[in-house]
Amino acid sequence: MSDALLEVRGLQVGYGGIHAVKGIDFHVAPGELVALIGSNGAGKTTALKSLAGLIAPAAGHIHYDGKSLTKIPAHLRVSLGIALVPEGRGVFARLSVAENLLMGAYSRCDQYEIDEDLARMYTLFPRLVERRDQLSGTLSGGEQQMLAMARALMSRPRLLMLDEPSMGLAPLMVKKIFETIQQVASQGMSILLVEQNARLALQVATRGYVMEGGAITLSGVSSELLGSDAVQRAYLGG
Amino acid sequence: MEIFLQQIINGLVQGSVYALVALGYTMVYGILGLINFAHGEVVMVGAMLALSALTAMIGWGLSPLLALPLSLILAMAGCMLLGYGIERIAYRPLRHAPRLAPLITAIGVSIVLQNLAMMIWGREYHAFPQLIANQSHHIAGAIINDIQIIIIIMALVIMLALMAVVHRTRLGRAMRAVAENQHAAQLMGVDVNRVISVTFMLGSALAAIAGLMVSVNYGLAHYYMGFLLGLKAFTAAVLGGIGNLRGAMLGGLLLGLIESLGAGYIGDLTGGFMGSQYQDVFAFFVLIAVLVFRPSGLLGERLAERA
Repeated sequence: MSDALLEVRGLQVGYGGIHAVKGIDFHVAPGELVALIGSNGAGKTTALKSLAGLIAPAAGHIHYDGKSLTKIPAHLRVSLGIALVPEGRGVFARLSVAENLLMGAYSRCDQYEIDEDLARMYTLFPRLVERRDQLSGTLSGGEQQMLAMARALMSRPRLLMLDEPSMGLAPLMVKKIFETIQQVASQGMSILLVEQNARLALQVATRGYVMEGGAITLSGVSSELLGSDAVQRAYLGG
Repeated sequence: MEIFLQQIINGLVQGSVYALVALGYTMVYGILGLINFAHGEVVMVGAMLALSALTAMIGWGLSPLLALPLSLILAMAGCMLLGYGIERIAYRPLRHAPRLAPLITAIGVSIVLQNLAMMIWGREYHAFPQLIANQSHHIAGAIINDIQIIIIIMALVIMLALMAVVHRTRLGRAMRAVAENQHAAQLMGVDVNRVISVTFMLGSALAAIAGLMVSVNYGLAHYYMGFLLGLKAFTAAVLGGIGNLRGAMLGGLLLGLIESLGAGYIGDLTGGFMGSQYQDVFAFFVLIAVLVFRPSGLLGERLAERA
């Protein structure tokens, strides 16, 4: 376990006295797709935000690539290879699609390779090509989710964190997004996927953690979790 | 017709100055949602710094053609430092405070700067030295002088340059990203505090230029000159749609024209009952009218789009 890319120990995060995350342990190994599932308000988003550096944890350790992240501000975590696609996507509505993608490469200065990556994103998400000069606020929800993912990939992350990528999307679009997630994972990217849609998440993930009321109550290989009675009852409507 | 053309020229000159100052208000508002009421005082400090630098340099026997741009650069540098300091000391600690707190602080900063300036430069009006042969040109009966031409052209060039920075550079993209969503910008690797500092510094540099323009044009500088100018530039920013750069430029030029035409014709319109001393009334009449009939300003977006 010491060779994990991300290792979280006893993480506690709170907003003004309320502890949304009450001491959780989990890890993501290189090249692994790990799902963090749980109902609304379980503390999943809060946990991700503290990994990205947007909220300071109250206690616990976050180790990334063997180093402690605790004292590193959010904007410097990107160049370490950590990218978060936030809940609600966080697309810059008044910037064009191309400008959003360039924002993703903000912390890089290898202009030639940035151009190459731009081209790669347009192949991975052909929908974005036709809309490249359009203001991102005019895109549909699904297109915005694609843009947010492409933008995160533009930073060349080693750990991609996705917060509720299926939220508010039509089933067909959800399918498309998850196909892309699998595609990115198959290229060796480490992914931490937060989802309310447990079945969907566990179908693509190698392992999963179940979060309830700020704590991790269950963990294991995806197929085991999918088969477990507790998960069936609570999240899969079985 | 001569009067009309003359008022248009005067309006464009004054409007150029308003536009430069309004840009400072609107950039800060766009990023922080804060009305930096101390911005007018930065204009005044710019004028005063330029005056002091100019007087000293002329005293050393420097040629005016060299002293003028040098003192402008010094004033810009001084104002950038001041703008940085204002944000760092007065606004940053209140970043997450209720909106009223930074607003009141802004007024406090404004009073502090006015009084500091009064202590340093005194209460009297300073005559701005006439340095360049200011030739007058006649166009269709109206008069425009060299200084006015320089002001209009310089303001135009600066505004175009600013638009290029905001829309074509990495820094500009970061500024627009921070203005829209600070958290998301951080996730892209943007140092939000740095971008905010740079924004204040850019706005303050424009303020310094505007301060020098006003002083050279009227031949006067005074510790209180920033107050009314600041209010009017704020009005211009609101008129154009606060937070919108093109709006600030349009609002500035329009306000200059409205004021100047208003002052030129109010005598005729009221049968001589009111004179051009009522010039200042127009700006605030415009402010009230905009707030009542189109609070989002001419180019401002509807509020629904911001959500």
